[in-house]
Amino acid sequence: MSIPITLEFSGGAELLFDRQKRHDINLPKQEYPWRIQELLPWIRDNILKERPELFLQGNTVRPGILVLVNDTDWELMGELEYNLQPNDRIIFISTLHGG
Amino acid sequence: MPLKCGLCDKQAILKRPKTGDALCKECFFLAFEEEVHQTITDANLFIKGETVAIGASGGKDSTVLAYVMKALNERYAYNLNLVLLSVDEGITGYRDDSLESVKRNEIQYCLPLKIVSYELYGWTMDAIVKQIGLKNNCTFCGVFRRQALDRGALMLKVDKIVTGHNADDIAETVIMNVLRGDIGRLRRCTAITTGTDGALPRCKPFKYTYEKEIVMYAYFKKLDYFSTECIYSPNAYRGFARAYIKDLEKIRPSAIIDIIHSGESLSVKKEVKMPVQGVCVRCGYISSNTVCKACVLLEGLNKGRPRLGIGKTHKERLKMAEDLNEKGDSSINSQNFFENGQLDSFSEQSSQSGLSCCRSTTAGCSCQTSEICNDTAGIHSSVDQQKINSLAIDF
Ligand SMILES: [Zn+2]
Ligand SMILES: [Zn+2]
Ligand SMILES: [Zn+2]
Repeated sequence: MSIPITLEFSGGAELLFDRQKRHDINLPKQEYPWRIQELLPWIRDNILKERPELFLQGNTVRPGILVLVNDTDWELMGELEYNLQPNDRIIFISTLHGG
Repeated sequence: MPLKCGLCDKQAILKRPKTGDALCKECFFLAFEEEVHQTITDANLFIKGETVAIGASGGKDSTVLAYVMKALNERYAYNLNLVLLSVDEGITGYRDDSLESVKRNEIQYCLPLKIVSYELYGWTMDAIVKQIGLKNNCTFCGVFRRQALDRGALMLKVDKIVTGHNADDIAETVIMNVLRGDIGRLRRCTAITTGTDGALPRCKPFKYTYEKEIVMYAYFKKLDYFSTECIYSPNAYRGFARAYIKDLEKIRPSAIIDIIHSGESLSVKKEVKMPVQGVCVRCGYISSNTVCKACVLLEGLNKGRPRLGIGKTHKERLKMAEDLNEKGDSSINSQNFFENGQLDSFSEQSSQSGLSCCRSTTAGCSCQTSEICNDTAGIHSSVDQQKINSLAIDF
C-alpha cells in the first residue's frame, strides 16, 4: 500500500516547484517505514523543478527552510528520523526570501 | 510524538531557537510579543503621542512588525499614531505584487498607508536595469529605497521610522562589516536606534527576534505576506553572509544573538579615525561624503555613466566634487533633483564653502578597501550644517 501525504511549499520555496504550493502525493510502498530522510531525496527526484541546492544541503533541507509536520515544528518531531504516517501534512517554509 | 508545552498542558508546536523551549501556540504568541515589548521598553524606543511610520515592504518581517506594533500599541497604551510607509521601486511584477499585500495590510490592520515612488528620482528600477544591466542594480535599489523611505516619512511628518530588521539580519550585517573591515558601520549596525543626531530616528524593535520565530508567528497567525525573490537578482554578498549565519544557527542556535552581542561589545580605540558624518551638498541627506551615494548614482544615470558610484568611487567622487567646486553653486544641480520630490523643505540649499578631501588634507585615509571608501572615507565638506534641513541615515 502506498502512503498518501500532502506537501506544501511556501515563503518562496514554491518557486522551486513551478510556483505550485500544494502537492498531494503517494509514496510507493517500501519495506521500511518512510522517514523524512527518505522523503527529501524523493522530493528532489520527483517534483523539484530547479536548483536543488536551494532546497537541500547534504542529506537535509537547506538551513533557513523551516519544516512543519502536521503544524508542528519538525525539531520537536525527530527531524529526519520522523516516520511518515498516511495523510501527514509536511510544510516547507523558506525564510530566505525577502523581508 | 510531540512534546508538551513547557508553560502549560497543551501540545507544543515550536522549539524556540533562542532558548530551546518547546511552547504551544498560545504561549509562543505571548512570549514572542512580550519579548518585543521588552525590547521596546528597555530601549525606550517611543514616547507617548509620537507618530511612527512602519517601513512596510509587504514581506514577512514588516508584515509581522505592523501586526505586533498595532497589538502592543493597544495592549500597553503606547499611544502611538502608527502609519504604514512603503516604497515603490517600480519593478514590474515584483513590487506591484508586494504592494498589493501592503494594501491588504492597510485594510486588515486599519492603518493608514503612504506609498512613495522611485519616480521621485525620475527613475524606476525597471529603467535603471535597462541602462545598467543586471549586475550591481541592487546597489541602486538599496540606496534609493533607504532615502525614499526617509523622504516619505518626512512628508508624513512622522517622528520615527521602525523597520522589520531582525536578529538574523543584524548578525549578517555584523559579519559583512567584519569581512569588509568597515569599522564605521560595524560600530553602528548593532544600534537599536540610529539617526538620533539627525532629524529622523530609525528603530528596530525586532533586533533580538529570530527570523524563524517571525516566520512561524506569521504562519500560525495566518498573516498575509508576499515572498518572492527580487526579479533583479538578490545581493550576492549578503547572500553568502546569510547562508553562513543559517549554517551557524543550525549548529548552535544562540550563535545569532552571540554575534549581535559581540558587535555591541565592540569598542573602537580613540586613535582610530572615524568617518565624519556631514550632509550631502546636493540634497541635504546625511552623508559622510560631500555628495551622498544616491546623488552620485543619480548623476551617473543622468549622464549615461551608470557605473559612477559603484565599486571604486574614490576617483569618481573626487571628480564630481571638483566639478561642483568649479560651478561654485550646488543648488543648480539640486534643482532638478527635487522637482519630482516636491519637498519644499529641501529648496533652501547650503551655501557651500569649498570642499576638501580627507586624503589630501590629512596624512592618510583610514579606509582599506574600495568598498569602505564608498561611504566612510573620501571627501568631507565644510558645509554649514545649520542651514540644511537634514535627514537621518543608518546603515
Ligand atoms: Zn503553553
Ligand atoms: Zn534588488
Ligand atoms: Zn545627496
